[in-house]
Amino acid sequence: MGGRDATMVLLDENGIRCDGRKVDEPRRIMIKAGGLKNADGSAYIEFGDNKILVGVFGPRDVHPKHMSNTDTGILRVRYHMEPFSVGERKNPAPSRREIEISKVIKEALEPAVMLDKFPRTAVDVFIEVLQADGGTRCAALSAASVALADAGIPMRDMVAACAAGKVADTIVLDVNNEEDQAGQADMPIGYMPNLEKITLLQLDGVLTPEEYTKCVQVGVDGCKIVYDIQKKALQDKYFGNGGDQN
Amino acid sequence: MTSSVLDDLKKSQILELLEQGKRVDGRALDEPRAISIETNAIPKANGSARVRLGETEVICGVKIQPDRPFPDMGDKGIFICTAELLPLSHPTVETGPPGPDVIELARVVDRGIRESHMIDVSQLVIEKNKSVVGVFADNVVVDYDGNLFDACSYAATAALLSSKTPKWNWIDDTPTLVEGEETPVPIITIPVSVTMAKIGNHIIVDPNGDEWASMDSRITITTDSDGNICALQKGGSDGFSQDDVNRCGQISIQVGAKIREKLKQAQMAGQ
Repeated sequence: MGGRDATMVLLDENGIRCDGRKVDEPRRIMIKAGGLKNADGSAYIEFGDNKILVGVFGPRDVHPKHMSNTDTGILRVRYHMEPFSVGERKNPAPSRREIEISKVIKEALEPAVMLDKFPRTAVDVFIEVLQADGGTRCAALSAASVALADAGIPMRDMVAACAAGKVADTIVLDVNNEEDQAGQADMPIGYMPNLEKITLLQLDGVLTPEEYTKCVQVGVDGCKIVYDIQKKALQDKYFGNGGDQN
Repeated sequence: MTSSVLDDLKKSQILELLEQGKRVDGRALDEPRAISIETNAIPKANGSARVRLGETEVICGVKIQPDRPFPDMGDKGIFICTAELLPLSHPTVETGPPGPDVIELARVVDRGIRESHMIDVSQLVIEKNKSVVGVFADNVVVDYDGNLFDACSYAATAALLSSKTPKWNWIDDTPTLVEGEETPVPIITIPVSVTMAKIGNHIIVDPNGDEWASMDSRITITTDSDGNICALQKGGSDGFSQDDVNRCGQISIQVGAKIREKLKQAQMAGQ
């Protein structure tokens, strides 16, 4: 991941972070619903310098057949990083990290998707990280929710995601790559704002019990910001200027 | 995976009991199963432990050997923790490369110990930027009855607490073993993971095999000796409310403190 700049100031005396943000300010977020012709639903997200494309297929026949479930549809998620998405070329084969993130994102989306309406089928979510800059799993999860909605798959809510963390002894929203490398804790959160349910939650780094509670709160508040941007992306496509139907 | 009629019956029985505040094996909701820890079970390893958590059984062996440092980490030793499900642990386990469940297990156990900074890796340097000490804690699951996250975590922690590291000197550009000089692995804190399952609206500590198969979602929280929270992983196909997440944090600190005492006792007994 390259060397760290030991002299970098993570948080200055005015409470401004290394990329100019305030402690409770997320990076610039842009989400576009649709964009892919062949996928049943798709979305593209830019979350700071992260650039991620998501395509959704289904509900469709399950292959291999033994994976199908007569009681419910199944959700399958592949999170994948392109070899050129990070500083040093990444081996294109799925790493253990990517397999774990695929699983965590799948389990974050499952509570939102009404799979029981489509027994014996599969919904496939393909996440491609084109450029990574810290917080890809949250950006990917947010985009995947929009892509599922774009595919017209019945959902209870959308999952919005954002990380909180601890940088220079302060709880901050949306930890970037530099802050993650040098920071003290990173807590990615996925949250369904209407159902008030946390569906993705991880943490690495040391927090006191008070900081832990605050970190969850800051992250949930961040998810609500992301949620508004997700809704706007769908509104822009389906109710916006003339409706670009791709 | 289609659930069998038997699984459905078990789940409804577990849920019915929980409505009355009871569990299938008679434990309190926040009560872990009996833990037995035997250290130095594998004398050829540099440290080891055989841990039983109820009927789940894990053996962890620690091997310590010189290694090249990671790039940019020339002033730090290496710590790696793995976990593997052996085919003899359950009839459904097959040989072959690990699936997502086992990959997650190994990564969560490793992360809990790593993020707590249990081992002072800055003391594990033989020659800066050239050679460092590598500490490898490998868990194997030999019998399955739910909650492998905690069983593997306790086994790895107990094994590391019992580990002694040989000493190497840097002579002629190679790490050279100094005979007869072994010291305990430098330990800063004792991490303890506590896994909780949500079944219906109930949160239970240390789910056994049947409870594991019936849960809606789970959360694994690791705390350190100072009562800080240092790693967390949510899993399973449902979510938690913010209140649940805060409550699980408190439970993990309380239950973790008791289990930490057992790990310390096992360390003393092994010396």
